[in-house]
Amino acid sequence: MRARRKSRQLREVRNRTDRIRPGDILLFSTLRNEDIRLPYFLKYYRDLGVDHFIMVDNDSTDGGREYLAEQADVSLWTTKGSYRRARFGVDWLNYLQRKYAHGHWTLVVDPDEFFVFPFCDTRPIRALTDWLEASEIRSFSAMLLDMYPKGRIDAVPYQRGQNPLEIASWFDAGNYSISKNHLYYNLWIQGGPRARMFFTKEPWRAPALNKTPLVKWDRRYAYVSSTHMLLPRGLNLVYDEWGGEKASGVLLHTKFLDTFTEKAHEELERGQHYANSHEYKAYAEGLAEHPDLWCKWSENYINWRQLEILGLMSKGNWA
Amino acid sequence: MSLGIVMLVHTALHRAEQVIRHWSAAGCPVVIHVDRNVDRATYDRFVESVADLPDVQFSKRHRCEWGTWGIVAASQSASEQLLRNFPDVRHAYLASGSCMPLRPIQELKDYLADRPRTDFIESATTADVPWTVGGLDFERFTLRFPFSFRKQRFLFDRYVEFQRRFKLYRKLPEGIVPHMGSQWWCLTRQTLSAILEDPDRPIYDRYFRRVWIPDESYFQTLVRLYSQNVESRSLTLSKFDYQGKPHIFYDDHLQLLRRSDCFVARKIWPNADLLYDTFLKSANPMKGSEPNPGKIDRIFSKAVERRTRGRAGLFMQSRLPREGHENGFTSAPYSVFEGFTELFEDFEPWLARVTNARVHGHLFSPERVEFESRQKTFAGALCDNPKLRDHNARMFLTNLIWNTRGERQCFQFGPTDSQFISWDIAKDPNAQISVITGAWSIPLFLSNRNFSEIRAEAAELQRIESEHLSALRSYWSKARIRIWTLADFVESPMEAMQSVFDDMGAKNLRTITEAPKMVDLTGFAQFLQNLKNQGMHPYLMGDFPSGPTPRQPRRPQRKPYLVR
Repeated sequence: MRARRKSRQLREVRNRTDRIRPGDILLFSTLRNEDIRLPYFLKYYRDLGVDHFIMVDNDSTDGGREYLAEQADVSLWTTKGSYRRARFGVDWLNYLQRKYAHGHWTLVVDPDEFFVFPFCDTRPIRALTDWLEASEIRSFSAMLLDMYPKGRIDAVPYQRGQNPLEIASWFDAGNYSISKNHLYYNLWIQGGPRARMFFTKEPWRAPALNKTPLVKWDRRYAYVSSTHMLLPRGLNLVYDEWGGEKASGVLLHTKFLDTFTEKAHEELERGQHYANSHEYKAYAEGLAEHPDLWCKWSENYINWRQLEILGLMSKGNWA
Repeated sequence: MSLGIVMLVHTALHRAEQVIRHWSAAGCPVVIHVDRNVDRATYDRFVESVADLPDVQFSKRHRCEWGTWGIVAASQSASEQLLRNFPDVRHAYLASGSCMPLRPIQELKDYLADRPRTDFIESATTADVPWTVGGLDFERFTLRFPFSFRKQRFLFDRYVEFQRRFKLYRKLPEGIVPHMGSQWWCLTRQTLSAILEDPDRPIYDRYFRRVWIPDESYFQTLVRLYSQNVESRSLTLSKFDYQGKPHIFYDDHLQLLRRSDCFVARKIWPNADLLYDTFLKSANPMKGSEPNPGKIDRIFSKAVERRTRGRAGLFMQSRLPREGHENGFTSAPYSVFEGFTELFEDFEPWLARVTNARVHGHLFSPERVEFESRQKTFAGALCDNPKLRDHNARMFLTNLIWNTRGERQCFQFGPTDSQFISWDIAKDPNAQISVITGAWSIPLFLSNRNFSEIRAEAAELQRIESEHLSALRSYWSKARIRIWTLADFVESPMEAMQSVFDDMGAKNLRTITEAPKMVDLTGFAQFLQNLKNQGMHPYLMGDFPSGPTPRQPRRPQRKPYLVR
């Protein structure tokens, strides 16, 4: 309902959804001024086997919109509406998902998030969705893992088309805390470098890292808050409570590049983010004092097997 | 033409076609059953696509749904057709469209030619097999199952309940003993025709029609009536996970499959181009003569174990066990020392020297997390911030132990620390907790504070510690716990220490040659007496002889202490 109202803010730029065939894997994303990241982002997900991209551009001014409109597998909408009042883009995407994603496996990610799942170096994403389907699993979780460079985050500038993991290749391996939301059944995961650096005074305010980005979509489903929570609630039960491990992946979050400092200030002025941009305020302060997120216990990213061994994700019973 | 194939097909028809061509090229006749659920147009196109092949036929179609009679009916019709139309066939092999021959088919033929009277079918009595889905083992033969498990789950469950409640059990047909096993078999003409031409077949069919998952029991049971020589294993490599679904093979399993020496594997992912190209387009002679799927077995059973038991001590996004279901709250043993740093001046460095363990200070101190050598971060990028730690103290502990797998952790604990984990460590079998009760009073004794303040603090610490002790002594505590009063410990400190080290495991079983330095306790008894005189009752220290002549504190013995 809410999604439909907010959908009036959306204006179609290029609609290529008629090219979507049954069984295609779709990717949904919102973005604002991310042009520099787009080439690698599209390449990464095309290589994984995503068939069609459905993107919402929130009033970009850097040419990203024009770039996307040229891509043969991208359908693009644009809006000048408030990101915050559309519940951080969720309303826009819920509307588009309801309209185009029914019956498809859908991946909802931001342009700075890179989806990693078990065997992703040898099997395409369709292998995963086929397996999930055969196992009657409707949703697949992938925790957000903040990646950062060694040294000041603005030391090495990011080049268009470059793999951001070449710069931001470090992460925190084991400082996450988990609690359960008894209302929606989802988990609440916090921790990582952001909690360690910026939220030591108010750890409960640290950003949520739990995400469920891959869902076999049905028009009755909806994301409640970003991709952290879903309705109906059963979709949030992506964890095992009886000692076993369900299969899960990781979203490598490459926000902390040289583009970030600028972005933090910009977002702060717009005040369009969660909890009155508390997060960005904390970043702006934190980065002024300590521009280096790296510590001597940081891990250097190698591949998904490393994340599996460290216990950040799991193969579950997929072998 | 000794080997004939019965193939059941329902999806990925283009892959099935490839496999059919492969069988056919090796001179095997193939009778194909296509699921009735496949629509007419698709079916016609499929028939068309293999029309050029000799000795490929299609059988009468049945509707096949997992766990129902349709699959057996399909195998029956197709087998009958195979035996009828291809009189040279000696062995009939039941395969599916997602099965793939791994070895040259000639090798399989030779193998079967050497064993002309052997029926390869996995067949075990229900009492002896653990693989059952939905908690139904023997009941799958004694109840009726008219409803689909997948599509009519509610009715399925209610009907099972109903039959159990009213004890509506079926009688087994005369003379049969239920057996179960893999659906994929390879039977001799003699056995198969005996099953199919049995005069009692209508009775058996009527019975098995309402048995649950008859495709895993029909042939498996009846083969026992006729076969001379049952080799109870399937020639098809097919592994099932804990939900009873087959594991799927992908391109990255290529080397494993190559080395498995199995004749046929299932189920192959339809998009596994590399596997299809490798095994169907080129000859892959394998070395061993007998199938040897040991390594694949291990990988898949590990996967099932990961899904059902998980990794002990790990809490993560897809594993958050409820209390009591953790299979181990932490991943490795660790030691907690309470009151030792208070009693000994240089306890931490000394402990690190004599045990080779990682020795932390008070990890749960309210001021900061006292990691070893007071670093600001520790393994896994844990942070020394106390607020962050107390935000989820349990996970701070489990993370610490998980992050340092392979290295024993020791830390100090006491009533001055935040107490969130008090019960958790008490209940954790991995914890080794050594407590000197009342040792918290020593820093107070040595401090230069007003006595009224000391008295208040002592009362508070004593309350906290006794609460902690009641956790340690409770019915639920599973840790290895040693508790001494301060007075007892001071009597023979090294003996007590030695017993702690013996507990820490063989690696550390080294007699202590060097003792830590104990603080000077001169006047301590008087201090306790003063507390008593102020109306407080310090009881956790044990009995220090009071009076004006305090006992000479023991100097640590410098001589080697022998235990063995």
